[in-house]
Amino acid sequence: MSFLGKVWLIAWKDLKAEFRTKEMISAMLIFALLVIAIFAFAFDPTREEVRIIFAGLIWVAFFFAGILGLNRSFAIEKNNDALHGLLLAPLDRSAIYFGKLVAGLIFMFVVEVVSLPLFIVMFNYAPTGSWLLAAAVIVLATFGFLAIGTFLAALTANTKASEILLPVILFPVVIPVVIAAVEATRGIFSGAPTADFITWFKVLGVYDLVFVAVPFLLFEYLLEV
Amino acid sequence: MPQEKPAARPAPRLATGRGGLGSLAIITFILIAVAQYMIFMYVPNDATLGLIQRIFYFHVASAWNALLAFTVVFGASLAYLAKGERRWDALALSAAEIGVLFTTLVLITGPIWGKVSWNQWWTWDPRLTTTLILWFIYLAYLLVRMAADEPEKRARFAAVFGIIGFVDVPIVFFSIRWWRTIHPIVISWQGAAMEPSMLRTMIVSFVAFSFLFLYLLVNRLRVEVMQDEVAQLKERLQ
Repeated sequence: MSFLGKVWLIAWKDLKAEFRTKEMISAMLIFALLVIAIFAFAFDPTREEVRIIFAGLIWVAFFFAGILGLNRSFAIEKNNDALHGLLLAPLDRSAIYFGKLVAGLIFMFVVEVVSLPLFIVMFNYAPTGSWLLAAAVIVLATFGFLAIGTFLAALTANTKASEILLPVILFPVVIPVVIAAVEATRGIFSGAPTADFITWFKVLGVYDLVFVAVPFLLFEYLLEV
Repeated sequence: MPQEKPAARPAPRLATGRGGLGSLAIITFILIAVAQYMIFMYVPNDATLGLIQRIFYFHVASAWNALLAFTVVFGASLAYLAKGERRWDALALSAAEIGVLFTTLVLITGPIWGKVSWNQWWTWDPRLTTTLILWFIYLAYLLVRMAADEPEKRARFAAVFGIIGFVDVPIVFFSIRWWRTIHPIVISWQGAAMEPSMLRTMIVSFVAFSFLFLYLLVNRLRVEVMQDEVAQLKERLQ
């Protein structure tokens, strides 16, 4: 079986398990909506200033919801010692990482696609600019966040207090993605010319490349038991 | 029977290490004393900032030490993953703790200086923001070390995170640079116009702080080695 086939096999296993319970994806969705509701109380959504911070609000909601999913990604394999089973499977260690990454991407995209229109409606926000570019930012930023997030989730899953540790070690490392995602989204939604925010696409591109390459090299050190 | 063995084993590394450490301590002490003299007596008051400008010599030298320390963490982490020897892990831990200490000093002295010269404690200038994130990353590094139980696993995870953290720093640095060039609030310190006496003081304080770093590092490593020995002795007693 090809490498990609193996990756898909791992991802499919996660998707299937999630489809049967739906506990993670529903929690992520509800959490994202709650974050937005909290923001609506914290900042009066009818005020003009909210238009300026809207891009920041949606990314905070996405990243916080993403953390919920990441915490489950490897922790779930500790039940019944399933991680050992995975390690014994005839796979490259990196196939496990990429499989988990693919499954995580699908979960997060579902959350984003469902919640983004709701945010726009709830904040009565009228984005201008290209939807294609907005989709590109969402894909690149989500990928960067999950590339390092999945990796660090594998690290924290093997420690005590993993749910507390993951956000504390992930957020400092992922700050470039947060900045680039917010700035690019703001540029696109406000209808600014592409030249104004193209730098942020470059930042996301560099980050994505680096944090796929580094885990690819280092991942096996996290799963040796 | 097993009680006799520890006494018969005089830990040669530490015994020989002490002599060298003594002279290192004396050199560091003299250098720091000279640096203090130059900072407080030799160098004149800054024309515009006055007395507060003297914090600069501590501030920049601390930043230099932090940079040095995190580079050591990175190198030692790579060496640990390649060789798997405990001493590289001990070196990475020692350097990380010292790095966090000096970053903390940078973050304390910076705002004091900023309050006087910019009239605000904190600006989200790229230099400040990156330093703050650096501090978060290496605090996270120390948290990773605390969270893993078995020494071998802890060393491996810490080494992996030590590499990731260091790789992330330039990305943070450049992304924040670009961000702030779009919103131009950059206050930079292109110290072209620096008084010769100030330059001399700064160089001495750099050298003194570098020795202080080395001294702290060697001492911290010694503590780590001793802890290992105590752990071994305890194991033997059981």
